Amino acid sequence: MKLHLSRRYRFSASHRLHSAQLGEEENRRVYGKCNNPYGHGHNYVVEVAVSGPVDPSTGMIANLADLDAFVDSEVIEPFDHKYLNEEVTEFQKNVPTTENICIEIFNRVRRFPRARLEHVRVEETGLNSFEYAGEPEGVTHE
Amino acid sequence: MVYLTRKIEFSASHLYHNPAFSAEENRRVFGKCNNPHGHGHNYVLEVTVGGEPDPATGMVLDLKELKEILQREVTDRMDHRFLNYEVPELAGQIPTCENIAAVIWRLLEPKITRGHLNRVRLYETPDLFVDCYGEGSGAHGRAGEGR
Repeated sequence: MKLHLSRRYRFSASHRLHSAQLGEEENRRVYGKCNNPYGHGHNYVVEVAVSGPVDPSTGMIANLADLDAFVDSEVIEPFDHKYLNEEVTEFQKNVPTTENICIEIFNRVRRFPRARLEHVRVEETGLNSFEYAGEPEGVTHE
Repeated sequence: MVYLTRKIEFSASHLYHNPAFSAEENRRVFGKCNNPHGHGHNYVLEVTVGGEPDPATGMVLDLKELKEILQREVTDRMDHRFLNYEVPELAGQIPTCENIAAVIWRLLEPKITRGHLNRVRLYETPDLFVDCYGEGSGAHGRAGEGR
């Protein structure tokens, strides 16, 4: 039997979808309203799934207080109420689509020392979500 | 392969306490969940069964049968109970979401005789849940996908 423990977190942030590799006209065509130069925002939901042996003395895969504190300091604090394009280093070079946000959150939460990260799912709105479970061994997606 | 999911709810109380820990350690490890009077949740359980539809009925298994199994094995045992004291399957264990989901998996698996139990998902709150899979399911383990 395998167990995954999942926890949901929230942050609100603004972004603008604009690629330095595309011209102005093409950026408008590809990203539409999301290319608005002033940016716009979302209430993001982040779902983190971890696995590992259940410690018989606590009944837990990981203590939620530890997981919450880690995700809070690595993801929620740096992302919440921020303009992602400017205020999160990784998005100064990568377009902050929810695909890239999902990968970035995965790479950050992967460093959680007390359980194995299975996947990260990010809801940009209640109507769309993205999930990333890492790459096969040896492939990185930094 | 088709996957069928049925959802039920039950409400129960519990507390986290390990008699091998000191009072101070229990408070440190379990925080508010160590309150000796217990506290409760509205648990939501999603049970997913995978299988091929029977050509004669078009069903993986009869939903009525699944509802009866869930009533007997889960609701009758756990609904409006204090999990630490009233559910023998949890005796000697801390009734965390992990352990409750594992108990439910063990109760249900032998009872699902048409199709196979694919996933048990137990929500303790909308923001905290545990997924339980059999050993044979895919590495990523999401219902319906063997990736």
